[in-house]
Amino acid sequence: MDVRSQISMVFHLDKCIGCHTCSVACKNIWTDRKGAEYMWWNNVETKPGTGYPGKWEDQDIYKGGWEKDGDGIRLKGAGKPKSLTNIFHNPHMPVIDDYYEPFTFKYLDLIESSAGDDQPTARPISMITGEPMDIKMGPNWDDDLSGSPDYARNDPNFKNLTDAEQEAMFELERMAFFYLPRICNHCLNPACVASCPSGAIYKRGEDGVVLINQDVCRGWRMCVTACPYKKTYYNWNTGKSEKCILCYPRIEAGLAPACMHSCVGRIRYLGVMLYDADQIEAVASADEADVVQRQMDMILDPFDPEVIAAAKTNGVADSTIDSAQNSPTYKFVKIWNMALPLHPEFRTLPMLFYVPPLLPVVATVSEADHSERGGELHDIAKHWPDSWLYDTTTKELFGTIDDSRFPLEYMASLFSAGDTVAVADRLKKLMAVRLHRRLVTVGDVAKETVDAALADTNLTPLLADDIYYLTSLAKFDDRFVIPAAHREQAIEMIEFTGDVKGNTGFGFKVGSATRGA
Amino acid sequence: MTALDTFLFVAFPYVAVITFVVGVIYRWKWKGFTVTSLSSQFLEGKMLFWGTIPFHIGILVVFLGHLVAFMLPQATLAWNSQPLRLIILEGTAFVFGLTVLIGLAALMYRRFTNARIRAVTTPMDIGIEMLLLAQVILGCWIALGYRWGSSWFAADLSPYLWSLVKFSPEAGAVFALPWVIKLHIVGAFALVFMVPFTRLAHVIVAPFNYLVRPYQQVIWNWDRKAIRDPSTAWSAARPKAN
Ligand code: HEM
Ligand code: SF4
Ligand code: SF4
Repeated sequence: MDVRSQISMVFHLDKCIGCHTCSVACKNIWTDRKGAEYMWWNNVETKPGTGYPGKWEDQDIYKGGWEKDGDGIRLKGAGKPKSLTNIFHNPHMPVIDDYYEPFTFKYLDLIESSAGDDQPTARPISMITGEPMDIKMGPNWDDDLSGSPDYARNDPNFKNLTDAEQEAMFELERMAFFYLPRICNHCLNPACVASCPSGAIYKRGEDGVVLINQDVCRGWRMCVTACPYKKTYYNWNTGKSEKCILCYPRIEAGLAPACMHSCVGRIRYLGVMLYDADQIEAVASADEADVVQRQMDMILDPFDPEVIAAAKTNGVADSTIDSAQNSPTYKFVKIWNMALPLHPEFRTLPMLFYVPPLLPVVATVSEADHSERGGELHDIAKHWPDSWLYDTTTKELFGTIDDSRFPLEYMASLFSAGDTVAVADRLKKLMAVRLHRRLVTVGDVAKETVDAALADTNLTPLLADDIYYLTSLAKFDDRFVIPAAHREQAIEMIEFTGDVKGNTGFGFKVGSATRGA
Repeated sequence: MTALDTFLFVAFPYVAVITFVVGVIYRWKWKGFTVTSLSSQFLEGKMLFWGTIPFHIGILVVFLGHLVAFMLPQATLAWNSQPLRLIILEGTAFVFGLTVLIGLAALMYRRFTNARIRAVTTPMDIGIEMLLLAQVILGCWIALGYRWGSSWFAADLSPYLWSLVKFSPEAGAVFALPWVIKLHIVGAFALVFMVPFTRLAHVIVAPFNYLVRPYQQVIWNWDRKAIRDPSTAWSAARPKAN
């Protein structure tokens, strides 16, 4: 057992309102630079939709991630020897038009144009060439466009859905969508690291953050191909690749990353998980149906004395173990089993997990007459005296998950490599917690229904309250449990303090002559 | 003319090689951020293919050819002693020379005509590609006009280059060469001279190390084991990967 610590994340999709505040916070801090304007280390997509870059999930196009190769795995579009034979020209490299051409507007024309018959306009100009251009794409061009022919219907996750099922999803009355915020997953088996011919990309041992050393990157761009999430970006100005750094300067100082700190929906959680690094290769090579479960299994119980002992011999700080025990991500992912990784079939073992969204599935479309139920409702409940298109009565809700507006296959294609049971389990838990809270606060659900729902999902009222707390009421310090140890060690991440260890205490940053350093 | 000749064929080669070595080490070690292939595929990929592939394959083969004639002059002459083998060698070399020319022409056309590529083109890029172009044109011209290059290179130029390596320069044979060939030699050292200052710096960081390193890289700030070992308490070494 090789116990390591990993900063992991959970995004609770039910709570995302698609406001893009996270993206803007990230952009302001890190990518508001020439060559990086088009990069959105954090972006938010509408699902169903094609995302950014367009159809990034379709690895027949982009050749990202790992694929099975006998008992092991290999990089699909990069790796030895492919990276070397394709080094002069990378056939699987996305180009700027797959993202969008960055643009600004000639605002000065508005006030500096000479007087004329027409109102002056601010024309869009390319931020690459400076020439006027037609804007054809943007980073969130398909925002809220569920059902649109160019975007929603080209979502690669429909490949396992029949045409009839797809049509049903896009019926006007049934149409739904949700938001999918994405950052680098800081994977355990990162394809970007494995693909880098220069060895510039690495995972930090202490916290698992995946970084590109800008001094070592030579711009061979294999990581852009290899990351199946398209979360490494090529800076066309500096000739180096860049990616999300999980705001490591903030994390080291005990602060939450900017996207998480600013999240309006408070959907984001960040905490430590301990895992067994010895299992990485075996788990990444597991059968597709087992990958999710085996990834869950390699995450270790931070309360287990054996794990704690192994962690300590490995140099994991006590404060890190303490954080692991209080980790909100460990709760969502392991204790409550409510979160899933995005596209586990890419086999990078992503460490950003998603609580799948319930919202698009709750309402069914029916013409039920609810008038006689008015009396059952609590005073604060909204009364629907007439027939209503959407049946949001709680009686029906629990049964509707398997038969929802969003086919489970769609969610399973995103979050569980096609395993609909895994998704249904998580959604049922979300539903059970809702039913339980509905009983507590409104009281219009039968207690038997709630009990059955809780029992069915292995929850108790107490556990359901815990989930409810962390979902809806959690304070900043509940959502972000960042090991304090990094605070005093932060200097060591930048400077090698060992150079002056045992030296003089005069604060010199040079070695003594005898040690020859 | 001899003063100029001496400068160009005795002094300049040393200046070029020393500049190359010092410059490349300095840039690699202290200006690592500037060492990159400066790829422009992200802005334009299709046309690039038709330029960069012939150019690079051609130039690597041509470079290797020059290297072999320089390192193994006797073997080269022995190979050329049969006319058929000589023709095959010269023919192949010329074809690859043309490949470089075509590729470079495509690359330069792309640099001048594509608005996006123009936006990432520096005067130095144009300068170095002009120099390369001149060098390749001269090379093809020599191949056609001064036969057979592979033989007289091995017989005359290889000893000249070796005399430079041995610090006892004997450039007499070069002084007598036609100006086309002289220009080609100067151009070669000029290219060497320019490597540290231009995008050609990418040539020295070709990533062969990739073949032997493990796929995954984990880097620790502290060597977790060493730091707990009392015997290394005062000398904790900065750990490398894994
Ligand atoms: C040693 C192996 C080499 C490797 C791996 C290599 C790789 C590359 C790569 C990846 C590019 C960027 C292409 C793009 O825009 O995507 C490039 C461009 C270039 N390389 Fe090389 N190269 C090598 C050797 C050379 C040599 C020997 C020369 C000439 C002396 C050379 C001259 C150039 C030039 C002039 C460009 C710019 C082309 C343009 O975009 O106009 N390279 N190289
Ligand atoms: S999401 Fe992509 S960039 Fe991030 S660690 Fe995984 S493979 Fe690398
Ligand atoms: S800030 Fe939060 S709620 Fe807003 S889009 Fe980003 S993840 Fe969603």
